Amino acid sequence: MSESLIEERFLSRLTDGPLAIAPGLAHYFVADASGAECIIRVAQSAPKGFIEKVHILYVPTPGENALITALYALGAKQFEHVPTIDEAIIKLGDWLSDAKMGSQLYLAGTEGLIGKAVAKGEECGLDHTAVQCEQRGSLARRVQCVHCKTMIENVTTQPTKCPSCDLLLLVRDHYSRRLAAFQGVCINAEDPSEVVEIKEVFK
Amino acid sequence: MSASDNLIPVIVSKVVEVNSIIKRFEFKHINGDALPAFSGGAHIVVEMIDGATKRKNAYSLMSSPFKLGQYAISVRREDDGRGGSKFMHEKVVPGMEMKISAPVNLFALDLRAKKHLMIAGGIGITPFMAQMTQATELGLPFELHYAARSASQAAYMGSLKAQFGDAVACYCADIGDRLNLEALLSDQPLGTHVYVCGPKGMIEAVVQTATNLGWPAAHIHFEHFLSPPMGKAFSVHLAKAGIDIDVGPEQSLLEAIEASGTPVNCLCRAGACGQCETQIVACDGDITHNDHWLEDDQRASKKFIMPCVSRFSGKRLELDL
Amino acid sequence: MTIQFRNETFRNDFTYANSPGNIPRFPFPFPEDEYMYSTNVEPHHATRVGSPFEHGFDVDEHYVAEMKDRALVLADDPGRCQALPHMETAGWDFVELVMVSKARDYPDLFELTMEGDQWHWINKPLQIDDKFTFGDASTLPCHPMEYIGRQVQGDHAILDQRDGNLWLDAGIITAQADWSLDFDVGMNFFEWHAPVPLAHELGVFQRALKFLLSLPQGQPSRRLNWTLTVNPRLDTSPENYPKWGPDKLSVTPDNIGEKIHLRVELQTFWRLPRSNAILFPIRTYLMAMNEVVTQPKWGRRLHRVIRDLRPELVEYKGLSRYHPMLVEWLSKYDDGAPTSPGIFPD
Repeated sequence: MSESLIEERFLSRLTDGPLAIAPGLAHYFVADASGAECIIRVAQSAPKGFIEKVHILYVPTPGENALITALYALGAKQFEHVPTIDEAIIKLGDWLSDAKMGSQLYLAGTEGLIGKAVAKGEECGLDHTAVQCEQRGSLARRVQCVHCKTMIENVTTQPTKCPSCDLLLLVRDHYSRRLAAFQGVCINAEDPSEVVEIKEVFK
Repeated sequence: MSASDNLIPVIVSKVVEVNSIIKRFEFKHINGDALPAFSGGAHIVVEMIDGATKRKNAYSLMSSPFKLGQYAISVRREDDGRGGSKFMHEKVVPGMEMKISAPVNLFALDLRAKKHLMIAGGIGITPFMAQMTQATELGLPFELHYAARSASQAAYMGSLKAQFGDAVACYCADIGDRLNLEALLSDQPLGTHVYVCGPKGMIEAVVQTATNLGWPAAHIHFEHFLSPPMGKAFSVHLAKAGIDIDVGPEQSLLEAIEASGTPVNCLCRAGACGQCETQIVACDGDITHNDHWLEDDQRASKKFIMPCVSRFSGKRLELDL
Repeated sequence: MTIQFRNETFRNDFTYANSPGNIPRFPFPFPEDEYMYSTNVEPHHATRVGSPFEHGFDVDEHYVAEMKDRALVLADDPGRCQALPHMETAGWDFVELVMVSKARDYPDLFELTMEGDQWHWINKPLQIDDKFTFGDASTLPCHPMEYIGRQVQGDHAILDQRDGNLWLDAGIITAQADWSLDFDVGMNFFEWHAPVPLAHELGVFQRALKFLLSLPQGQPSRRLNWTLTVNPRLDTSPENYPKWGPDKLSVTPDNIGEKIHLRVELQTFWRLPRSNAILFPIRTYLMAMNEVVTQPKWGRRLHRVIRDLRPELVEYKGLSRYHPMLVEWLSKYDDGAPTSPGIFPD
C-alpha cells in the first residue's frame, strides 16, 4: 500500500464550494482568518431578513481587527470572536445544543477549522449534508498518525514526521469526518533505510 | 433473490374487526416456532391464493418486535382496489393456512436520532405501533402525531393514547382538529428524525414542509402505502426467457413475471425500494409509471420500468428478463 | 467429527501451519486462471461437506489459536474493537446469530440454552460457561459485540443501514489486511472503500451497495477476496505496519515457499433482524505457498494469476518487492496443462 504514492481517489473527503444560502430557520457561520470574507460576501447578497437568523463565530488572525469590525457591522443576531479554533468549537457546541431542526451550518477558512466544526456538528445531531464548507487560507492538514494515534496539526509536507513516534508518514487522501483528520501511514516501514524526499505540498 | 423466495408457513390465529373498515390479522408459525425477529417499521409480504389468482401484498407489522410468538397486521378494506384487501376481509378466517415472507424493513428508525417524531395518517399508524414499542423498550425519546378522518375510523387511537399518554397527539378532521405541520416541524431539537406514513398528500406535505424549513433529507423518512394500481390487461415479451406473458387487469406486471417462473429481485412491491428496476429492450406504446423510484429522464427514455406498480398499453413491450 | 485444535502462533516464531488434512478444504479464491475485481457474490448456502462453506460460521483447527491471537491484539490496542453508541442492538443480533448457528452446527463444541431472555452459553474449546440476560449488556463482561467477537474466527464489521447507504459503525477487527477500524469507523460504504483502486471506476461498489441494501433476512451471501502475506501473520494492520512491513525484505528464492502465504478472506453478509444492520464477517484463511502447490491444480492456476496480475493491483496488494521472484518460483509448478473450472482441488 504505502510503498507507492498511488494517487488515491478522494472519496472520503468532504465537499467544498462557495457558500450559498440554503433554506433554514437558523444559519450558523463559523470562520477563521480570511474565511470572514466569505461570510461578508454571503451576507451582502442575502435577502432581507436573513441576517436576523444568522449566528457568527469567528477566529481572527492575531492582530487583525478590520474583519472583526466588518463582521460585527453585519448586524447578525449573534456574533462572537474567540482567539482559537478549539474555543470556537466548544462555543459552537454550546450554540448547537440549543438549536432546532432546520439549522444550517456554514464553514469558511482553514482545513483544521472546517474539519473540527463538521465533527462537532455531527456530534450535535446536525447531518453533514446540512453543512457547507469553503476552504480559505492554509491548506495545512490535520493528520492522525495511524501508528501511535497522535493528532498532528498544521501538516504542510509530504511525507511528514510524526512528532511523537518519529515515523515518516505518508499523508493519504483518506479523510475521517469523525476524527477531522487525514490518515498518516509510515512511508518507509518496509525498508526504514530508504530515504524519502520531503516536499512542502499543503500550503 | 428476494425476500419472498423463502416463504414462511403460518396459521391465522386471530381475526379482529377493529372498526367498520379495518381488520387485524394475527399469524403464528405453523409449527408453533418463534417467527423471525424484526425491527419497528418492517413489513411482510402476504401471499393470497384466491382461486386461480395469486396476489402478494405488503403489510407493516404492528405487533411488538419483542414478542415473536405471533405477528399482527391491520388491513384497511379498499373496495375499489384490485381485490387483495377484499380477500383478506372476506376470505381469511382463523385456522386458515397462509404463507408470508420474512420481515423486510425499508422504514427503520435511525437509532442515532436524538428524538423520533412520528406522523401517521389513517392506516399508516401500523408501522409506528411496532416502532413505539421498540422505542419504549430501548429508551428512545419519541412523539406520535396521529391524524384521521374521524375518531371512529382512527384504528387504535384510544389504546395508543392510554398506553403512551402524552407522547401521542391525535387529530380528527371531522371535529376540525388539524395538525399544524409547519409549527410542529419548526420546533424540534437538532438531531430529530421525522417519520411519516399515510396518504400520499400527507407524505408530500411533510417532506415539502420539512425541506422548506431546512431539514436535511437524511432526517426525513417516509413509507408509501401503494398497492399496485389496476388497469387494462396487456402482454409483455421477456427477452432472456424467450416467452410472452399476459398481465391481467387486477394483476401487477411483477406478479405476472413471477407466475411465469422468471426470477425478479423485489422487496417493497410498492415502487419505492428500486429492487425490481428492469431494463426495457423494446417499447412500442406507453408506460404508466406509478413508482417513486425512477428519475424523470429515466422515464422519458422508455428504457426502464418498475414492474411492481407500473403498467403498459400499446403494441409491444420487451423486457430484459 | 471432533476437531484437533492446533497449538500455534501467528507472530514471533510463527508456528502456524495447516495439517495435511486441512489443506484441501482451503477456500482457494480463483475459479479461473485469471483474476479481476468483481463482486462475485453468491448465496452463502451450505455447500460441500467438509468445506469451509458447509456451515454459516466455519470452525477449523486454528480456532483456539486465532482467539488467543485476537486477545493479544486487543490487550495491546483496545481501539481495534469499537462500536458507536447506537450499535448495541446490532451487537445482540450478532450474539444471537453466532450462538444459534454454532450450537446447531457444532453441538459437540457449543451449547446454547434459551429460556425467554435467560441464556446459557457453553463454549467448550475456549472453556467458557456463561449465563446472561439477552438484551441486557450489564449481564455480560463487555459489549455484546466484543463478547461474541472474541469467540468467533474472523474479523467482524457491523454496517448500519440508513439513508440509502451502509455505515461502518461497529467492528472487532484484529486480523485485517491493512485497514484501520479506528480511522474508518463511522464512514459510509464509499468513504471506507475510497483507497481501493480501479473498483470505483468499474462501478463495483455501486453494484455491491445496491445488492447489500436489499439483502434479505435469512439469506446470507458470500464472496472471496485475497492477497499475499509474508509469514502467517493475522495482524497486518496499518497500526503495526512498521512491525510487519520489513518482513517483505526477508523473502529470498530459498525461503519463498514457506514465507509467502496466500491470504484468503471469506466475506459473508448477513441481515441482522433487530437492528436492520448488516453483519460483515471477514474470515481469514492462510496457507503457505509450499502447502498451496501440494494441490497441482492450485499450483498451476496461482502461477498464471500472479504472473498476469495488473500492475495497479500488484502495487495495491503490496506485492511489488517480491512479485518477480514469486512468479519465477511458481513457474516450476506450472507445466502448462489445462485446469478444471471451479475452486476445489482435483
